[in-house]
Amino acid sequence: MIRVVLPQHLRTLARVDEEVTLEVNGPITQRAILDALEARYPVLCGTIRDHVTQQRRPFLRFFACEEDWSHELPDAPLPSKVASGAEPFLVIGAMAGG
Amino acid sequence: MSGVRLLVGTRKGAFVLTSDGKRAKWDVSGPFFGGWEIYHLKGSPADPNRLYASQSTSWFGQLIQRSNDGGRTWEPVDNKFVYDGVPGTHQWYDGTPHPWEFKRVWHLEPSLTDPDTVYAGVEDAALFRTTDGGKSWHELPGLRGHGSGSQWSPGAGGLGLHTIVLDPSNPKRMFIAISAAGAFRTDDGGTTWQPINKGLKSEQIPDPSAEVGHCVHRIAMHPSQPTVLYMQKHWDVMRTENAGDSWTEVSGNLPTDFGFVIDVHAHEPKTIYVVPIKSDSEHYPIDGQLRVFRSRSGGNEWEALSKGLPQKDCYVNVLRDAMAVDRLDSCGVYFGTTGGQVYGSSDAGDTWTPIVRDFPAVLSVEVQTLT
Repeated sequence: MIRVVLPQHLRTLARVDEEVTLEVNGPITQRAILDALEARYPVLCGTIRDHVTQQRRPFLRFFACEEDWSHELPDAPLPSKVASGAEPFLVIGAMAGG
Repeated sequence: MSGVRLLVGTRKGAFVLTSDGKRAKWDVSGPFFGGWEIYHLKGSPADPNRLYASQSTSWFGQLIQRSNDGGRTWEPVDNKFVYDGVPGTHQWYDGTPHPWEFKRVWHLEPSLTDPDTVYAGVEDAALFRTTDGGKSWHELPGLRGHGSGSQWSPGAGGLGLHTIVLDPSNPKRMFIAISAAGAFRTDDGGTTWQPINKGLKSEQIPDPSAEVGHCVHRIAMHPSQPTVLYMQKHWDVMRTENAGDSWTEVSGNLPTDFGFVIDVHAHEPKTIYVVPIKSDSEHYPIDGQLRVFRSRSGGNEWEALSKGLPQKDCYVNVLRDAMAVDRLDSCGVYFGTTGGQVYGSSDAGDTWTPIVRDFPAVLSVEVQTLT
């Protein structure tokens, strides 16, 4: 099982607790996780990545195993600890005022 | 028992304010969608319990929420606004072509007759429509595809389609306004559009009388006179009596004719309201005195309405969607400020009372008259 931690506003939107667990088939990548997340919670479509371009929204970041994966390619394999469920994949709202 | 429901969109959430016909005591519920910008929320004239809200942030993009119970509960509906076909380009601030990019929904205008049909004005400027209660949105591409589309350029606040006015006497006719392209009209239900900017003069563009390029801030109509429109432009208050074929300035004796809001009394089609703002770079009232100006003659002759409004040290703005009128016998007028106040008048503007004082900056105010 893949563990995903969402920021507060997206948890509220998806009506979930702090951590979401997902069954993801195949290589564990950002794209695979986000595809599975959006399939399970369609309300999140467009909130993490653009509907059309599928680009990460600029004020969000993807962290895993204390590293920033935001600028990695969406099909790059994530750390094995994320794939095994030992560590979560974190979707973080970037620090920005307002 | 009659009553009113105010729908207030703010920088940090939506609020629903309700009162009986006296409009003296108010119940406040919210914030709904706390932390999100609510550019606009509006109820269906055909079903007052059906509300729609535009919810967005820079972090998470755009959502649309729908309520079927007058704002007590909400559910997200479709948020996919995809331009029809190849989007093409409009003009960027530096004059270069810039691809059309969806940013947010500025304004939601429910159909006058069908609660499931809603028009959405978006940035970058385009008009979308749902006919299934928000389950899907589709662009009406004839507007953006108008021959002038590639020349449209954003105002300081973006290239937003912020005003949608439906003609109650003709379901095929609709008016919209874009900053900073101008006003447009369709007479065939949105398939084709024509610019309706003749008579507007904007010194901020190379040809002050150009067909497009004007920064229209807001248009208002009285439903009994659908060919008469009132406009608050970047500078100038304007009136047309022929559905926009030509406009005449009616700023008259206003202390400044810059501003954002304009609205029409519910029962007096020639009685209109504006809130003059000092200038395009000083977005606050003159001399720190918040005053609504009312004309009972369709413009030109204006009177200041200040009773109950702060007349000292007030430096707030009133944004374009932040004024509304109710339809009770004594017309109620409401507006919200960037300082978080919502003021109401139950006597057509003669006297004002703050309904709330400490909301986040108010982006929009709509009112539903409940019977």
